[in-house]
Amino acid sequence: MAYALAETDRVKEPAGAPAPAAAASVQDKALLRFITCGSVDDGKSTLIGRMLYDSQMIADDQLAALDRDSKKFGTQGGNLDFALLVDGLSAEREQGITIDVAYRYFKTDKRSFIVADTPGHEQYTRNMATGASTADLAIILIDARKGILPQTRRHSFIVSMLGVRDVALAINKMDLVDYSEARFNEIVAAYREMARDLNFRTIAPLPISALNGDNIAALSDRTPWFQGEPLLRFLENVETAGDEPGEAPFRFPVQWVNRPNLDFRGFSGWVASGAVKVGDEVASLPSGRTSRVQRIVTQDGDLDIAIAGQSVTLTLADEIDVSRGDVLAAAGRQPEIASQSQARLLWTAETDMHPGASYIVKLGARTANATIAKIHHLVDIHTFEAAPARPLGLNEIGLATLRFDRPMILADYRDSRDLGGFILIDRITNETVAFGLIDPKGAPGAGETVEKPAQAVSIWPQVKSKLQGKLAPALFSGLCVGLGAVALGASAATGIALGLADAVLRPLARGFYTDYRRNASRRAAAKRTAEREEALNDGDGI
Amino acid sequence: MIQLTHLQKLEAEAIHIFREVAAECEKPVFLYSIGKDSAVLLHLAMKAFYPSKPPFPLLHVDTTWKFREMIEFRDQRVKELGLELLVHINEEGVKAGVGPFASGSRLHTDVMKTQALKQALDKYGFDAAFGGARRDEEKSRAKERIFSLRSAEHRWDPKNQRPEPWRLYNTRKRPGESFRVFPLSNWTEADVWDYIAKENIPVVPLYFAKPRPVVRRDGSLIMRDDDRMELRPGESVENLSVRFRTLGCYPLTGAVESTASTLPEIIAEMRNSKTSEREGRIIDHDGSASMEQKKQEGYF
Repeated sequence: MAYALAETDRVKEPAGAPAPAAAASVQDKALLRFITCGSVDDGKSTLIGRMLYDSQMIADDQLAALDRDSKKFGTQGGNLDFALLVDGLSAEREQGITIDVAYRYFKTDKRSFIVADTPGHEQYTRNMATGASTADLAIILIDARKGILPQTRRHSFIVSMLGVRDVALAINKMDLVDYSEARFNEIVAAYREMARDLNFRTIAPLPISALNGDNIAALSDRTPWFQGEPLLRFLENVETAGDEPGEAPFRFPVQWVNRPNLDFRGFSGWVASGAVKVGDEVASLPSGRTSRVQRIVTQDGDLDIAIAGQSVTLTLADEIDVSRGDVLAAAGRQPEIASQSQARLLWTAETDMHPGASYIVKLGARTANATIAKIHHLVDIHTFEAAPARPLGLNEIGLATLRFDRPMILADYRDSRDLGGFILIDRITNETVAFGLIDPKGAPGAGETVEKPAQAVSIWPQVKSKLQGKLAPALFSGLCVGLGAVALGASAATGIALGLADAVLRPLARGFYTDYRRNASRRAAAKRTAEREEALNDGDGI
Repeated sequence: MIQLTHLQKLEAEAIHIFREVAAECEKPVFLYSIGKDSAVLLHLAMKAFYPSKPPFPLLHVDTTWKFREMIEFRDQRVKELGLELLVHINEEGVKAGVGPFASGSRLHTDVMKTQALKQALDKYGFDAAFGGARRDEEKSRAKERIFSLRSAEHRWDPKNQRPEPWRLYNTRKRPGESFRVFPLSNWTEADVWDYIAKENIPVVPLYFAKPRPVVRRDGSLIMRDDDRMELRPGESVENLSVRFRTLGCYPLTGAVESTASTLPEIIAEMRNSKTSEREGRIIDHDGSASMEQKKQEGYF
């Protein structure tokens, strides 16, 4: 087992350069992917720029450009404005906002890092979710002057939902609260209370000033009361939930059938979880046919074992039918195969969801069609509470039941990001309209169960409650319309019909109109808040 | 507990991306630019489909101003690997006499590189093109997707990019639209060299220092690769020990003085380097946002 991996690990001597220094200089380190979560002026870009600078990742010509840009666009009175190192697109730089996910790379002697730098505004929730989807850890930034804000709750909720279990709680701008230990402790206590239900494994609080570099690369003299490690040391040493030896069963989504000639038929894919050895019995899903792994093929030679994260090609002892989108799995511990599942959806499109419409779903290596059979409830990302069901709009999260047009091999997102995460695609615009997280255990919501047939339940309860509330006035208005019609010379039958129709339709129309108005005003309010945030913003984090 | 190393993870991710394209796109092509990133990318393409050959041809957009050693290396490599190579030259540009000396770097790059690439993609009808770009190269690349959608006119719209959560890529497109796909998105320059050393990947000898004929011009050391480069008054050809950190058209690629003639020496030099690799590229310096502008116009 160890041998197979050691082999691929070994540094091959470059031809004609057999210097022993080669092996020493090739630093093949562990990788940590993390996301930074902060809002408009929490200092996020400054922190990332500072980390790059403190880990000597900024070259001289880049520093010269930074110096030039700082004088031109900077918000630090001509001093180096680290935020400008990471605000990439020119439009962003001019407006001083980070509008997309940007990835940054740096390394220290111990570890390589990939940073997902995502915007904090509510209208960019989808960007943050993208960054969180592959992150091992999150840095949650809090402005020490302001403490926990609604956005802190939102950011924490999103990273938790996307499966991040380890959090560095960076209380920034400590310089502006005189490096007060009491203030730091107060915020940390409040955060722990707030995050109680978010299922974090570690919450590591750090008092920092990204601007001055306090507790970033080295412990700061100004916080003698702080007992922990500085941020960069913490990131080098932290072990995240992903590092834990797992007992996850073998899962292998098949991407491509490898058939160079009639004698070779392999299945190329990636090990989503667990491990596989030559000789292991595996089942091909959804067919359920089983066989044994004959070879684990790579260009560097066959392996004895392949582990989670590796891209390999498997051949099987028997000729069983396997195609793209199928999953090879440990024969004794097979995943769920379902044509319907409950999932959390994060809506990522500007256009609202159409319940009942058919979307394209991509999960693992499988593409299928999916309809949203039912929306159970929405999730308020500030209170973490359920809100009444309605079609999702941009950046809204809800629990729904989806129906697939073919069997899907899936897992609870908490157990497998690879078989629990999916995207929905609009078949007309080709836009990615939602991220989905398989959530079989999610409480569907007050007074409702998932087992109900989807079509029957979605509209009727709303209609019924509206009818009950508005029955009496509706009957009265219907009576008036009916009598009016008779008075104007219509027949009695027509009058009764018109009256009844009015009694039924008017409250319905009013109900839907009210919903429409409520949605419209909610969106307008969100837009105003965003505009206000942007107006206040002084460069995404100075 | 066995863990994959940083490079093993990057390798597995790149292989996964190659296979997704092969499975989901109709007519992919590998844009082969002969440099070190292309060398790593090609190596990964060979791994991704082994024992099959990569199910797509290589395309080299030849500006006719590449270093001669690059062209030799290209032809030799393609032969060794038994792959199909398409070479495209913008003949209209050649006829019009466009070149880096006659037209300046901007026009030359636009006509012989950007327009030529679009011509080639249109000519063959490719719907996905692999490139070796990395997000760490330049700020505007940091936000580019792995699957970067281009309009039928090959334009990139940085404000309208599809989110890429997990390892799921939305590969749907309308007729005429295409993808530029970047399997090395998450690699850094250091990763590329470490991987070249680890996997013993052949690279163009120009990356290694040796005495070469160079001319000092506008603050750069330009290698006089053929006599199309005429000396200006006061200029002379010096034989200096130089190497290149990136490779492109020889008149637009600055050499660095160096004695690093082996991979370990190059890696050591890079680790101690005080400048970024793109400093030697003359086309990037037209202003801080110039790369982003080129990309919007369809530059790779």
